[in-house]
Amino acid sequence: MESQLLESEQTSLADPMATRPFRVAKNQREIDGTHTIELRPADGDGFRFAPGQFTMMYAFGIGEVPISISGDPARAGTLEQTIRSVGAVSAALCKVRRDDTVGIRGPFGTPWPVVPAVGNDVMLIAGGIGLAPLRPAIYHLLRNRARYGKISILYGTRQPADILFRSELESWRGRFDLEVLVTVDSAGRDWRAPVGPVTTLIPRAAVREGIAMVCGPEIMMRFTVQTLLDRGFDADQIFLSMERNMKCGIGFCGHCQMGPAFVCKDGPVFAYPDIEKLMRVRGI
Amino acid sequence: MKVRPRDFPREDSARASSAASILARDALPALLAALRTRGYQLVGPTLRDGAIAIDRIDGESDLPIGWTEEQDGGRYRLRRREDVAVFGYTVGPWSWKTFLVPPETKLVTAKRDAGGAFTVDAGLAEEPKYAFIGVRSCELRAIQVQDRVFLEGPYVDRGYRLRREAAFIVAVNCTQAAPTCFCVSMRTGPHHETGYDLVLTEIMEGQRHEFLVDAGTERGRELIDELALRPAMIADVEGAEAAIDRAVAQNGRKVVTDGMRELLYRSYEDPRWDDVAKRCMSCGNCTMVCPTCFCTTVEDAADLAGKEATRTRKWDSCHTLEFSYIHGGSLRPNARSRYRQWMTHKLATWIDQFGVAGCVGCGRCITWCPAGIDITEELAAIRRSEEARHGGH
Ligand SMILES: Cc1cc2nc3c(=O)[nH]c(=O)nc-3n(C[C@H](O)[C@H](O)[C@H](O)COP(=O)(O)OP(=O)(O)OC[C@H]3O[C@@H](n4cnc5c(N)ncnc54)[C@H](O)[C@@H]3O)c2cc1C
Ligand code: SF4
Ligand code: SF4
Ligand code: FES
Repeated sequence: MESQLLESEQTSLADPMATRPFRVAKNQREIDGTHTIELRPADGDGFRFAPGQFTMMYAFGIGEVPISISGDPARAGTLEQTIRSVGAVSAALCKVRRDDTVGIRGPFGTPWPVVPAVGNDVMLIAGGIGLAPLRPAIYHLLRNRARYGKISILYGTRQPADILFRSELESWRGRFDLEVLVTVDSAGRDWRAPVGPVTTLIPRAAVREGIAMVCGPEIMMRFTVQTLLDRGFDADQIFLSMERNMKCGIGFCGHCQMGPAFVCKDGPVFAYPDIEKLMRVRGI
Repeated sequence: MKVRPRDFPREDSARASSAASILARDALPALLAALRTRGYQLVGPTLRDGAIAIDRIDGESDLPIGWTEEQDGGRYRLRRREDVAVFGYTVGPWSWKTFLVPPETKLVTAKRDAGGAFTVDAGLAEEPKYAFIGVRSCELRAIQVQDRVFLEGPYVDRGYRLRREAAFIVAVNCTQAAPTCFCVSMRTGPHHETGYDLVLTEIMEGQRHEFLVDAGTERGRELIDELALRPAMIADVEGAEAAIDRAVAQNGRKVVTDGMRELLYRSYEDPRWDDVAKRCMSCGNCTMVCPTCFCTTVEDAADLAGKEATRTRKWDSCHTLEFSYIHGGSLRPNARSRYRQWMTHKLATWIDQFGVAGCVGCGRCITWCPAGIDITEELAAIRRSEEARHGGH
């Protein structure tokens, strides 16, 4: 449904490589080195996206990188993106101030399967910054809560100080219609929640079947898929968001290839069977 | 176009052929002039830096008349022909992509004011109107392969579309192939099928030197009509056919395309990739000369005052380490994985992506590889390697 809507916008004749100026409305520090930026189109026109899609974010004179959208798809006209500072472009984006301009192209890519998930139990599994690309799906599920079965959010990160969207996770945990489990790789004595990889949360989750949406480092996703399969999830009900170098986002630059797939246009969200063989090949 | 005198019995060879005409050798300048009059910038073969390049030309005198080349794995040398053929060479290091997907394209200029806000100028420049002179069948197929990348995705590359739609294509049927050619295996030549405005076949028999010419489009037909050419005879068409048959025989390389895609999908872990990795220098020459390789990167620049920034798209190659870089390291960290990407893309994954192979059998990558690595030989070796493993099934 969402993707159809987006397709009609994509056929426009504008140059798809020309970035569009967006004004920074807010820059919020989330955790050390990770910021959420709220943007509005400088031309005042709208911005619509589906959960799981990304944009190509341009920092003036420095470069352009793929960043997932982390905001609420129902808040048309506002674009939220959560960026971890790891290099030149992401660092520049984390430093923008209110009223600065950022260039945006997109939204691009395939969405999380929030439409096919209607009527099913849903498990969302995130590692580290991987929670950001899943947040729009969470907003969508909660806004349409009655249409879904049980929902579990499983989140793993390095240490308690690295927990992204902490207060939001806490407020979601307070809801009776939603399960939130958090684990860290290591923690001090005051941490009362689980310690260990996110896969260890899977057997404890209320959701035991249905649709799984997974986002995190590739290695974490490999182990997660294995655990999900062991728990009896169907392979074609497991969805992953893949990461590749991207210079265009639209199938022109060739950088994001993973075997026959272009991660930018065939992904980033893939059903596991579509990339299962490719994930087994090193250096593909 | 496969020139076949379908409508006439062979005995009637003195009668006119259905549609083709004859362009006298000394009328070639008139054809080029007519294109220039129509506002086209001529682009064609010309001698440059010890090779036959494809570049802007002014007229007939820029063409490599009487020249050819010797080429084979890792080797290329210009050579004088014994005759004065105009299109008596094969393919050089340049291809038409230089003009349809230029090595560098300015994407945008952004201008920033004192407050930090910037505006973007997509610089929708008027695109040049080219007439391509001497496009071979494999090369036209390569252009059509790139059309699928830039015109048929969910997104359309605006600049490419404008340049491509404007381009007038004067094709030539190949009458001179090289030892590195394998268009016959790839079914991309040497005769043209569709997609040209005009197609020429150079006929040289004794003292006779003419071109058989046919139109593929209305604008091509108009040009022929304007030049008031004499209609071709069946004998002319047969002469052209014989000349093209020579190019078929000259195809120096072969590949078995049956099951090629599946073979490569089964061979990601084949030891042959380690072998080729020892020879491959990751220089990227094969991707630069390849007429279908489309990969690019974008370079950013800003002036010292931080007022103006540009984004420039440049050719890139999957043979570099940076190509697959994501934070933490390159996903293809060695020559093995990069060469495997290159060849598997050409001969297997391309078919899934675009419905055709990414290789048109032009042989450029064989000639311009400093190590003489030969895609046809590597494919054959992978096939042998699998057969050896499975005891020859
Ligand atoms: C579909 C998708 C969604 C993403 N979503 C997010 C997100 O929501 N939040 C976030 O913080 N990060 C996200 N990333 C990762 C983000 O794109 C990289 O962290 C970023 O490109 C790093 O650029 P840099 O210049 O700061 O770093 P450097 O390490 O200096 O990188 C140099 C260049 O390499 C390329 N590159 C480096 N790392 C990556 C990478 N991981 N993925 C793709 N290209 C890379 C870029 O072209 C970059 O400019 C996403 C990546 C993809 C593919
Ligand atoms: S072979 Fe390499 S450079 Fe050529 S199109 Fe494929 S990925 Fe790009
Ligand atoms: S891979 Fe080699 S032979 Fe094939 S089209 Fe490219 S340059 Fe020509
Ligand atoms: S990011 Fe350029 S082709 Fe996918």
